[in-house]
Amino acid sequence: MSTQTEFVIPVEEAPEPGDHYLNHTFGLASWLLTKDHKRIAILYLISISFFFVLGGLMAVLIRLELTTPEGDLVQPDIYNRLFTMHGVLMIFFFLIPAIPGVLGNFLIPLMIGAKDLAFPKINLLSWYIYVIGGLFTFYALVSGGVDTGWTFYAPLSTTFTSTHVMAVALGIFIAGFSSILTGLNFVVTIHRMRAPGMTWSRLPLFVWAHYATSIIQILGTPVIAITILLLAAERLFHVGIFDPKVGGDPVLFQHFFWFYSHPAVYIMILPSMGVVSELIAAFARKKVFGYHFVAFSSIAIAVLGFLVWAHHMFVAGISVYAAAVFSVLSMLVAIPSAIKVFNWTTTLYKGSISWETPMLYALGFIGLFTIGGLTGVMLATLGIDLHVHDTYFIVAHFHYIMVGGAIMGYMGGLHYWWPKITGKLYPKFWSTVSALIIFVGFNVTFFPQFILGYLGMPRRYHTYPAEFQVLNVMSSAGATVLGLGYLIPAIYLIWSMRYGKDASDNPWGAVGLEWETSSPPPVENFETPPVVTWEAYEYHESTAMHSLAPSSRGSYRVG
Amino acid sequence: MTTSSIHVVPLRVYLLVFASLLVLTATTVAVAFVDLGTLNNVVAMAIAAVKAMLVVLFFMHVRYSTRLTGLVIGSGLFALAIMIGLTLIDYATRGWLGVSGK
Amino acid sequence: MSADLAHHFDSYEQQAKSASLGVWVFLVTEIMFFGGLFTAYILYRSKYPEAFIAGSHQLDIALGTFNTAVLICSSLTMAMAVRSAQLGKRTAIVGFLMATILLGSTFLGIKATEYHHKWVEHLIPGESFHLDEAHLPTHHGKPVLSDLPTGIVGESRADAPLSTAPRSDLQAHTQLYFFLYFGMTGLHALHMIIGVGLLVWLLSPSSKGKFDADNHNYVEGVGLYWHFVDIVWIFLFPLLYLVGRHG
Repeated sequence: MSTQTEFVIPVEEAPEPGDHYLNHTFGLASWLLTKDHKRIAILYLISISFFFVLGGLMAVLIRLELTTPEGDLVQPDIYNRLFTMHGVLMIFFFLIPAIPGVLGNFLIPLMIGAKDLAFPKINLLSWYIYVIGGLFTFYALVSGGVDTGWTFYAPLSTTFTSTHVMAVALGIFIAGFSSILTGLNFVVTIHRMRAPGMTWSRLPLFVWAHYATSIIQILGTPVIAITILLLAAERLFHVGIFDPKVGGDPVLFQHFFWFYSHPAVYIMILPSMGVVSELIAAFARKKVFGYHFVAFSSIAIAVLGFLVWAHHMFVAGISVYAAAVFSVLSMLVAIPSAIKVFNWTTTLYKGSISWETPMLYALGFIGLFTIGGLTGVMLATLGIDLHVHDTYFIVAHFHYIMVGGAIMGYMGGLHYWWPKITGKLYPKFWSTVSALIIFVGFNVTFFPQFILGYLGMPRRYHTYPAEFQVLNVMSSAGATVLGLGYLIPAIYLIWSMRYGKDASDNPWGAVGLEWETSSPPPVENFETPPVVTWEAYEYHESTAMHSLAPSSRGSYRVG
Repeated sequence: MTTSSIHVVPLRVYLLVFASLLVLTATTVAVAFVDLGTLNNVVAMAIAAVKAMLVVLFFMHVRYSTRLTGLVIGSGLFALAIMIGLTLIDYATRGWLGVSGK
Repeated sequence: MSADLAHHFDSYEQQAKSASLGVWVFLVTEIMFFGGLFTAYILYRSKYPEAFIAGSHQLDIALGTFNTAVLICSSLTMAMAVRSAQLGKRTAIVGFLMATILLGSTFLGIKATEYHHKWVEHLIPGESFHLDEAHLPTHHGKPVLSDLPTGIVGESRADAPLSTAPRSDLQAHTQLYFFLYFGMTGLHALHMIIGVGLLVWLLSPSSKGKFDADNHNYVEGVGLYWHFVDIVWIFLFPLLYLVGRHG
């Protein structure tokens, strides 16, 4: 074996950061005109955080209103706008771009040993398009928002509402192109820019997950684009395509809308699953069990995800025959997700577990995503969905997946790669505390909603019968805790950028190309372009966390 | 260098494809005036598909491209087929099964 | 734009292959984008066959056929332009690009004429839409009649009695046909305009000899885009112009 360079660096003596992507050039222009995928990731981080806060404010007002059965905080019309904008902002401007835009952009070239994405200028364009779409939506928000629900169903959205449908629709239309371009960039990058020796079977599962996500972005997003154009034609020119008075069908709108919006939920969850694979491997110090099963399950989710959209329309007036078909297909799509959960759990078995903050988030993901996913199978069952459709059961189901799943994964990933991205460490006490607060707050917020929905409380209503108040108050209390839980990381992460201890190249002792370069990485990512001769997740049993020494198998730097 | 990896299509192939496209266009127009019942639709789409294939294979060089290109096109067509097919399953079967209780 | 190798690529081949894959992936998004309109078309045509026959007969089949031929010619000249770029033949590239621009513009001009005809004939969907029912086409030997108010796919009309449904249903459903006509050909025309713009953009670097065997990605990319737009028309033409043309 070649002589090992000394990798064990006590944290207190971490070297002063040399020349890297953050300090290589200065000035606003060097950021706003950058083509460096790492800087673009930071740009995304700032903008998606802004929209997360905005969407979160909507949620605060919603939960505040719902502490009492009467509608005494806001007018019903305003309430409709609150939950609509909450959905629009969270889905299109936070959940869909977050992990791909921040972590995907930053890490994919590093993980495959490339200098950048295939199309750096298009990457920057993607961000600008996202921002412009966000500005239109923000304008709509401050002008009063939209009251149709984020689902924009015809004929309310096309004919009867007087709110700023076109502005929000335009914002989403534009943001969609950002999503498409990101997906395009990732697909071409993963096919064409892998370092020598980085075969498909050696790719980190994070990369597989983003590849699958990109397929969905490419095939699905154009359909929401044409749907929005049709919505605009109907709203502005009354062409009649969704108007039953002239032979159109409003359910057609729903078909088009959900053809994208269902796969969109997989755009939101798949990257998070990719993060979890990385976290589980790193903090169990074991290679992921059933690597190929996990890799192919991502692709399976992407494909099957396109076959199930009408399960959102079981009570909309589709044929019973079609409902049965989509019910069966929807149950199928649970299988690859279950495969992942089984494989992660098996990876943990007899692993060398360490309770770092990213691992807490990963474990939280597995538990909460499983609950959300199982309730999804319940909803695929026609007999159940008939009763709980448009109730809080649905709201709880998708929040378990989106917040308990996707956002937990995002937080875990952010905490795991924060040292790599910023070159700084954050205080372990506060990161642990906030992870626990988030977990508790989340469950107190959303578990009561399963019960509420089951008992019959409809969604999108700002009033409810008095007997539901206890559970609603519990939910709102939980939301307060959850909000606090998100606030703490915002503080210490920003704090760490100035006052945090410097991080070494590989503070977690993890396996992966991104850990073989400095924290933060140099502009061109690697001092010398890597050549890969080892399999993914080659963790050696003898390497414990505290020694910070990587596996002795395989060479890490080509020199 | 890359010169070895480009395939320059012979001129006569292009001209042959061009002529075929014109002939097929004339054919589809002519057949439209003949009453074939439901077959009219089938024939029209079949001719269109053949024309499209000629353009894809030769003008767009897919005949000389990697399998990946074919896979990319295939996935697009698959997604399109799903969108059309599964949407029509709804419309075509309305009224097939009763709603329980009715 | 230049014929240089971008810093993040290792070779011209990697750059060319990446560019090509990128364009193909983009074209797949276009398939899905147009696909929505095709889905709506298939649905409504199966629901309202009579209206689609009536609507289709309002189109000028001669102009449509001629335009199809024009577009096919432009596909040939585009393919020749790409071929010339592969061979690095500067004047040939420029010549074929200009021919493609000319043919594409001809197509657009004819399309504009057709749209103008529709405007004059009150066939633009909206307040002033009115189908001239005095000269309805025949189909299977019978005059085209108003559809059932809400047609169910597959329901036979062959032996249905003379419809007592209000005449306005044919008007309403034919308006749907024309919305799809303008929507699909309009979207197509928009893509053609962008295509012509891209071709014009290529003229300058082509004339400066920037394209050769090693680097002609932009010409090839625009070519792929142009052919895709042609393929969309290959399907639009029979679907819109040739419905129920046999008397």
